[in-house]
Amino acid sequence: MSAIKRYFGLILLLLAPLVIFELVTGALQNIDHAGKKDINNPVIWIIIITIFTPIAIGLVIFGWYAFRGEYDRLPHSSQEL
Amino acid sequence: MKPTSIGAIIGASSVGTMIEWYDFYIFGMLSTTISTQFFPKENPTAALLSTLAIFAAGFIVRPFGALVFGRLGDLVGRKHTFLLTLILMGGATFLIGCVPGYNSIGIAAPIIVLLLRLLQGLALGGEYGGAATYVAEHSTPSKRGYYTSWIQTTATLGLFIALGVILLVKKNMTDISFNKEWGGWRYPFWISILLVGISIYIRMRMKESPLYTALKKEGKTSINPITESFRHKLNFKMVLLALFGAVMGQGVVWYTGQFYAQNFLETKCNIGFEQSRTILLWAILFATPFFIFWGWLSDKIGRKWIMMAGLGLAIFTYRPIFSYFLDGTTTKTLSIKEERVLSEKMERTTSGKDSVTSTEKTITYTNGLIAKETRSDTLSNDPALRALQDARIKLTYTQKQLPSPIYWKFVGLVFLLILYVTMVYGPIAAFLVEMFPTKIRYTSMSLPYHIGNGVFGGLVPFIGLLLTTTYTSDPLVGLWYPIGVAVLCLFIGMLYLDNKIDKKINN
Repeated sequence: MSAIKRYFGLILLLLAPLVIFELVTGALQNIDHAGKKDINNPVIWIIIITIFTPIAIGLVIFGWYAFRGEYDRLPHSSQEL
Repeated sequence: MKPTSIGAIIGASSVGTMIEWYDFYIFGMLSTTISTQFFPKENPTAALLSTLAIFAAGFIVRPFGALVFGRLGDLVGRKHTFLLTLILMGGATFLIGCVPGYNSIGIAAPIIVLLLRLLQGLALGGEYGGAATYVAEHSTPSKRGYYTSWIQTTATLGLFIALGVILLVKKNMTDISFNKEWGGWRYPFWISILLVGISIYIRMRMKESPLYTALKKEGKTSINPITESFRHKLNFKMVLLALFGAVMGQGVVWYTGQFYAQNFLETKCNIGFEQSRTILLWAILFATPFFIFWGWLSDKIGRKWIMMAGLGLAIFTYRPIFSYFLDGTTTKTLSIKEERVLSEKMERTTSGKDSVTSTEKTITYTNGLIAKETRSDTLSNDPALRALQDARIKLTYTQKQLPSPIYWKFVGLVFLLILYVTMVYGPIAAFLVEMFPTKIRYTSMSLPYHIGNGVFGGLVPFIGLLLTTTYTSDPLVGLWYPIGVAVLCLFIGMLYLDNKIDKKINN
């Protein structure tokens, strides 16, 4: 089980930059000043990418911790924190 | 602790939180009218402010509010903090209802409304963590899931009341009276001040959480909750686990069941305003008791597997359920039973060269479905345009009315969607409370909660639109976003989360 946890961590490590790449690509393809839909609006993309970047960094850190086996054993009580 | 006193604690906390959700939702539900009154599209600055009001309030300000009020709650106590969030929310909501429209005060109107909306987002970010923590810290360990599940009903009940109040006001006046500058759309905002007043009175009489009081007496409260929550590695690891292993999936299931579904019924299935909302109202009414049931059950068998089961069911049934919504409202395969013309008129276009005929009629199909159809045809003097019949004729189904059997099947399916919400959301307050120590609990649980709900959940319609625009052949393609996030969360949750209930949270 610990091995699966660690390898899955590796997948998460790779997934996070992929999500950001997809968002940036989506923004470049859809931003259109003449468009009327939400996905054509640059302000929305800026907000989303700005807020998603730290979340993706969080996922990288989570993946890294998982890969290093830091989630192999969880604290059994909040007292351990 | 006597059962009556815990009842009063739950009641006082829940009513306030429910009112905060009500306040937050009415803005979203009345967004079309609000846009007309405050954010006219022809003014680019107003349109920009509108975008910020809709997106920034949910995505940026809610998590920021979680940090600001979470920190405050860990520094000065739960009671005073969630009293403050209630006052801010109630005040902002009431004031939105008092701001004159764009036609009266110009650009000042959207600026004031934007500021008030941001204040709403900030207050909401601080409310939930306080209420959940407050109730959990009063609960006995064996009933923590059950007691906190009452707080979990508040978001859905807030939605229910918001829907009900808007429907009630709308039914008692014409559309013109409802949508005019000082029209009926303002009543739900004004009603808020009354509800908030009652809730403030109740909350003022409450005492501080016993665990927090004990911690303060011992001088063990945190000096800097944000640093301790996010720079202390062990705790930060748990914040990440809470977000990616539970709250992220819960957020998308929550949003898909209660908002995406209603929007889908209205815009993709073209079900009329009233029916699309009453379907949701019935489903909420039937499903809400299950928040309590799953919370109670989580005390017996643990929180993890109930939440994971909710995610799993959502993943496997979303597409069949939404596909049924489309099939149940399609008219392509149905035979027409009766066709009745309601009105026919012909008007000259502004150029005076062409004429436009518009016909409004109702079509009753053999299964009882009624479609109100509007068709317009441009009669042009230009022979080239006359030949292009498809370009001239515009057909719009303004609304469909479902026959009773299909209507109740739809209620049943939306009930299922909300049942999944109750599974993932019912036990989550107790789950989050048990992950973090008392001195930084408010801060530590509030941030992942509002990122999961505000950001991951709030993105459901936007990513849905993005996918629908990119992959036009599949009308259900928008569901891949909530399904994808739920799959990821399910894997993370199953692999890394513990099903153990932490009995002692008084550290």
